[in-house]
Amino acid sequence: MLLTDHTATELLADLNARRVSSAEVTQAYIEQIEQQDGKVKAFLRYDAEAALKRAKEIDERRSKGQPIGLLGGLPVAVKDLICAKGELTTCASKMLANFRPPYNAAIIERLSAADAVFLGRTNLDEFAMGGSNENSAFFPTRNPWNLACIPGGSSGGAAACVAARMACLSIGTDTGGSIRQPAGLCGVTGMKPTYGRVSRYGLVAFASSLDQIGPLARTAEDAALLLEAIAGHDPRDSTSLTMPVPQYSKTVREPLKGLKLGLVREHFGRGLDSEVEQAVREAFKVYQSLGAQVKELSMPHAKYGVATYYIIAPCEASSNLARYDGVHYGYRTDVAEMNAQLAAEAKPLQTSGNKTALDEMDNSLVRMYRQSRAEGFGPEVKRRIMLGTYALSAGYYDAYYLKALKVRRLIRQDYDDAFKEVDLIAGPVSSTPAFKIGEKSDDPLAMYLVDLYTVSLNLAGLGGIAFPCGFSSAGLPIGLQLQGPSLEEEKLLRAAHMFQTATDWHIRKPPL
Amino acid sequence: MSDPFITIIGLEVHVQLLTVSKLFCGCSTKFGAPPNTQTCPVCIGMPGTLPVMNRRAFELGLKTAVALNCQIAPFTKWDRKNYYYPDLPKGYQISQFDLPFSHDGYLEISDPKERFAAKQIGIIRAHLEEDAGKSMHDEAHGKADSRIDLNRTGTPLLEIVSEPDMRSPLEAKAYLTELKLLLTYLGVSDCNMQEGSLRVDANVNLHIPQSDGRLAKTPIVEIKNMNSFRAVERALEFEAKRQYEVWQEDHVEIGKRPKQTRGWDDAANITRGQRAKEESSDYRYFPEPDLVPVTTAPAQIEKVRTSLDELPALLRVRLEAAHGITAYDSDVIVNQGRAFVAYFVELAEAVKDGKTAANWVTQDVLRVLNEQNTPIESFPVSAADLANLIVRVHAGDFNTSRAREVFAEMLSDKSVAEAVAALGITKVDESELVAMAGEILAANPKIVADIKAGKTQAAGNLIGQAKKRNPNVNPARFREICLELAGKM
Repeated sequence: MLLTDHTATELLADLNARRVSSAEVTQAYIEQIEQQDGKVKAFLRYDAEAALKRAKEIDERRSKGQPIGLLGGLPVAVKDLICAKGELTTCASKMLANFRPPYNAAIIERLSAADAVFLGRTNLDEFAMGGSNENSAFFPTRNPWNLACIPGGSSGGAAACVAARMACLSIGTDTGGSIRQPAGLCGVTGMKPTYGRVSRYGLVAFASSLDQIGPLARTAEDAALLLEAIAGHDPRDSTSLTMPVPQYSKTVREPLKGLKLGLVREHFGRGLDSEVEQAVREAFKVYQSLGAQVKELSMPHAKYGVATYYIIAPCEASSNLARYDGVHYGYRTDVAEMNAQLAAEAKPLQTSGNKTALDEMDNSLVRMYRQSRAEGFGPEVKRRIMLGTYALSAGYYDAYYLKALKVRRLIRQDYDDAFKEVDLIAGPVSSTPAFKIGEKSDDPLAMYLVDLYTVSLNLAGLGGIAFPCGFSSAGLPIGLQLQGPSLEEEKLLRAAHMFQTATDWHIRKPPL
Repeated sequence: MSDPFITIIGLEVHVQLLTVSKLFCGCSTKFGAPPNTQTCPVCIGMPGTLPVMNRRAFELGLKTAVALNCQIAPFTKWDRKNYYYPDLPKGYQISQFDLPFSHDGYLEISDPKERFAAKQIGIIRAHLEEDAGKSMHDEAHGKADSRIDLNRTGTPLLEIVSEPDMRSPLEAKAYLTELKLLLTYLGVSDCNMQEGSLRVDANVNLHIPQSDGRLAKTPIVEIKNMNSFRAVERALEFEAKRQYEVWQEDHVEIGKRPKQTRGWDDAANITRGQRAKEESSDYRYFPEPDLVPVTTAPAQIEKVRTSLDELPALLRVRLEAAHGITAYDSDVIVNQGRAFVAYFVELAEAVKDGKTAANWVTQDVLRVLNEQNTPIESFPVSAADLANLIVRVHAGDFNTSRAREVFAEMLSDKSVAEAVAALGITKVDESELVAMAGEILAANPKIVADIKAGKTQAAGNLIGQAKKRNPNVNPARFREICLELAGKM
């Protein structure tokens, strides 16, 4: 068996027992990247030399008997939306193609302190906007189970690299399902922690009230390990929660007695692929065989989740992305060329003496802003900036943004009511298995519906986990999603691990 | 002649709070550092950075709001005000919109010269927000050079918005003076207008009584860019006249023309049109998702309330009552700040004569402070020394004009005794005075005759002669002796 076929937990045991070195593990993953990433294209960048250097440092410290952090030299891939000092952080956007932050994100510091080895930066939908990874300004990532298919988004690169054994652990971000949906579509385990559980300091903002960093891994045990390393209070993020961090990696193996799972009636309506439905219903049976009870319940506002999300997220995004103007931050259009173009446009107006038209023309400064943003952002990002700017503008604020905030509260109320009756809610991650690249590119609304089962959790600020529970007849993974009350990550991980002790979906390897 | 209109004025005052660091990061707020040296990833809006509220700024804001008799919101949140400025790096400003931390207060103003009756000016709200950076445009000699200094970005500002309760430029100036004094007493701002620590925008329009009894109201104009209270007063005077002239020509009333922003040109002494606000300003406010709401407990507000030192309004009343001074004098004294008040109180208590103490501090001390542009803290004559001087005047050692000479001498760090010695002032013995009076009277029989005839003012001439013989002669005592001796001759 290849080193890369071991789980992170297994590798960590071997590392700590010095049966294997971090350099060997890192080398194995780099070879895997070199062999597979030409096909999958999960990484925007990786630095074999730097990774090996760091791995050797950790090995050296270990051999001297010095204390080693929780991740003990395991290679971790990081979504290219998280700032690392002096390193390119592009957000998969032309806008930030050359951006090197002068500071480290909190999570980079935590991973460093936990002795992770940084493998490289994974691809995503531009500024994390999208559900298919086709919105990357550089190239689309492919699903390791079928290279013609999307890996999901926006953490598509983060999920695909774990599925293709190119990293044992990976960091994603989840604003409306961006960890859980690609985890489901790529057949890996991905978790969106409770809002505030992991510091957002240094995460380039998409929708600040929804964004959350979380782990992607092969198993629940591995996800528990990574979450334990990255969770906790950070004074630089005022929304960061002060609750102590449980030892997820220690408790994850304890089964849950008398687990009550909620089955939301609204999750099984029109639009749900029959194979997905079947796999999810089978998953309930697995839980029942493990002693869990399943209770059917209703979440009446779930159907407004996508609409609500597509008001709130673009509103915040329109504001967060205002700073990329070609002056403060980001790509700037070729000014000499632009000025020549302006002069060419002005010339016929001057000749004809059309003063009104001349007055209405952009001045050079305005054109520079306008053109920089036009050229620097991709279509999906522009669409959301337009949506958000419109929804926030005077006269529409009450009808859209304010209304969305009210619905957001009702959705949270649905969850609070549900968790009075059940421990966790179980259901599908996405309505279909991975679709073909290009299949929904021309239909933004259809694309938005891929978040149907995941967005409500972000709106409510709660935690959830996705992991494989079956495969379609075409051989594509199908995911199960568990959602939990605030700060119940421990319960989510234990419930996911219970399932993984009874099934082997998570062990399957894509046919690369 | 009184104006044929009523001027309606509301003021928005931006006050820079005296914190060591910025509102949402740890950068220094010190004035005058080289451009862009007091910045960090947070205050320059680097992608991925997050704001964290400066507790101290909130406390200073709270203190001010309590002193302005405001209601304090038990729950307040932050909002993003989305608008584009070249010197606003995030592309939005963190401010407060619908739930400011304080609202509905007032500030009392009065005029010691009684040109208007004392009144309360309503405070609509006081809220916190971050400042923008500074743009410097150099367009001289055809250049189009713009530079941005982000040192000021993120500096905590308290915006205090008044009701349109002021009815004249004089009232507006009184409001600003009283507000600045309050802020200084509270120690929440240095209120240095040159450094931009206190900035004023004015909203002004006119109510013009019509023959049918109706009030015609002119469109509101916002005046920006005034950098002294004097400028505010002059700008408002100019603007009222301008609006009246415009009204006489076009009779356009409020609502029929968009609100206009005008800038004050201090050199030209006029306001100039800048832009028309086409519709209600559209800043696309929404709750700032990166900051948690702030709750303030009643106990915390009470603690602030009880911790406030005596504020100007009450201080004036107390000085008048305790030391028997006029409202005018107490106003002058209190306006100089807490240290000056302490100086006066020490002096008044030592000489047991508030009126004399007030005369000395408001005239002599204040004149020197103004001339030398120094604060009372570094004034060379202590209250105790000055008290000594006054006591000796009371004792008849020398008269007030001689005392002023001594006072002037004391400014170069001399005690009363040293100053007296330096001036060569010695007390002339009573017997010497009597002898001198006898001699001079004998030499001036005409004057003696006048005095005997009841023309006592004739003695003035004798004082002059005595002073020539010995400048230390106490004129009042010498005069008494002369009158007495002449009577016996």
